[in-house]
Amino acid sequence: MTTPTLTVKTPSDREIEMTRVFDAPRSLVFDAHTQPELVRRWLLGPDGWSMVICDIDLQVGGSYRYVWRRAADGTQMGMGGVYREVVPPERVVATERFDQAWYPGQALNTVVLVENGGKTTLTATSLYESREARDAALKSGMEKGVAVSYDRLAKILVTRA
Amino acid sequence: MQPRSYERARPARLDATFAALADPTRRAILARLASGDASVTELAEPFAMSQPAISKHLKVLERAGLISRGREAQRRPRRLEAGPLAEATEWLAGYRRNWENSYRRLDAVLDELKASRPQDPRKSKRGPTARRRR
Repeated sequence: MTTPTLTVKTPSDREIEMTRVFDAPRSLVFDAHTQPELVRRWLLGPDGWSMVICDIDLQVGGSYRYVWRRAADGTQMGMGGVYREVVPPERVVATERFDQAWYPGQALNTVVLVENGGKTTLTATSLYESREARDAALKSGMEKGVAVSYDRLAKILVTRA
Repeated sequence: MQPRSYERARPARLDATFAALADPTRRAILARLASGDASVTELAEPFAMSQPAISKHLKVLERAGLISRGREAQRRPRRLEAGPLAEATEWLAGYRRNWENSYRRLDAVLDELKASRPQDPRKSKRGPTARRRR
């Protein structure tokens, strides 16, 4: 199967909206977003980072905490938040705040899963407190996205061959 | 998943670009200009809007550097300026690449789950063929 397209849009000046189709039923996509042993396998930064803490208390008012660590120098990066809505297997809304405030304030993330013919369309929207925060979040991708993507793509192609 | 530190100074023009692009009318104006220069009157035509309202949108686009004004005295045709738009697009592209990396890994995790778990109790009752991977 060809890699599905990830669409990124800015529906308003405080939001980022991503849409992507996964070739799996939404119950699996939901689990992969909410079960720690699955989350830590894919929600990673650039190569060399691993997820050392992935705590998830999946209920309204429950919190989650993610910490990543770079093996090379021990640098750690953490973030977490509180679940506002949990509707398996279709919707999760949670706050997001990073330990190092690389964007001001917190964001509200909404993940919506729609299943059709065994495939799942994921729509992930991040609502920031200000346009400045949203732009800072967008900018973060540019700094490291280019360097790591080709390496990783090559590796995945090899393992899937 | 984000860089440990980022440059706090943000390019003001990029902010202006994103603000300008946030409005559907302004995006439609840019789309129209992509097919050629147009006067304010021409730009106002497809919209149920007064010329002053359109002019206001044009001012925002102009401040963001997304359009410029032609010299022609009567029409003052507006022209699309590609630079800032490309810069904003590159930002989105970087963010997209970043998440695409993670989502490619998620694809692999999901493939594995599909192979190892019955997806649906109804299907699993029908026997192993119902949940066999293609």
